Amino acid sequence: MIRLTNKKIDVTEVIRLVESPDGGAINVFIGTVRNRTKKRKVVRLEFEAYEAMALRELKKISDEAHQNWPILNLAIFHAVGTMEIGEVPVVIAVSTAHREASFEACRFIIDQLKKTVPIWKKEFFEDGEVWVSAHP
Amino acid sequence: MELELLLFGVTKDIIGPSPYSYKLTTGTTANDLIESLIEKYPSLANLNSLAVAVNGEYASRQTQLKTGDEIALIPPVSGG
Repeated sequence: MIRLTNKKIDVTEVIRLVESPDGGAINVFIGTVRNRTKKRKVVRLEFEAYEAMALRELKKISDEAHQNWPILNLAIFHAVGTMEIGEVPVVIAVSTAHREASFEACRFIIDQLKKTVPIWKKEFFEDGEVWVSAHP
Repeated sequence: MELELLLFGVTKDIIGPSPYSYKLTTGTTANDLIESLIEKYPSLANLNSLAVAVNGEYASRQTQLKTGDEIALIPPVSGG
């Protein structure tokens, strides 16, 4: 299950989606909005996505994870729009029979997501704003 | 060649609202497009990276563009 949403992500719902009677482990990554970047106080974030392509790239990551680990179910939810401090822009849940594969697959998915999926985050500070990673 | 470009993130701050109609007068590849845009908007050259997606897939710089393709500029992604 892959979803981009402009609503708050319900972490429990994402976990429920990957539950399986064959599973012995569910690994969950929850990304949260941090209140600081390099000592600068962050007020909020805004996420923008090239949605059709983002869904396609997420599907590629999901397919690759399924090829590399014996995954029972996986779910990737990413929010778009405005996010306040402490809110959850991304949740990834992976269920497997044994814990090792769920840890590895979950980490692979978030690492790849950050490299290839066309989603952009703008940080708003008290005195300015910046597109994250845009410039050296 | 008339192209309609989808812009995201910092490229909207540099170029303007998306979609953006652009007449590419020299060449026909993704690389020609990037070079032409950098000439017009030099601050694009300061980005960590700038990729082109054609019809929803990352394209190589040699990819031939055609009028009617869905072409997007992809500045450094920062999801998660």
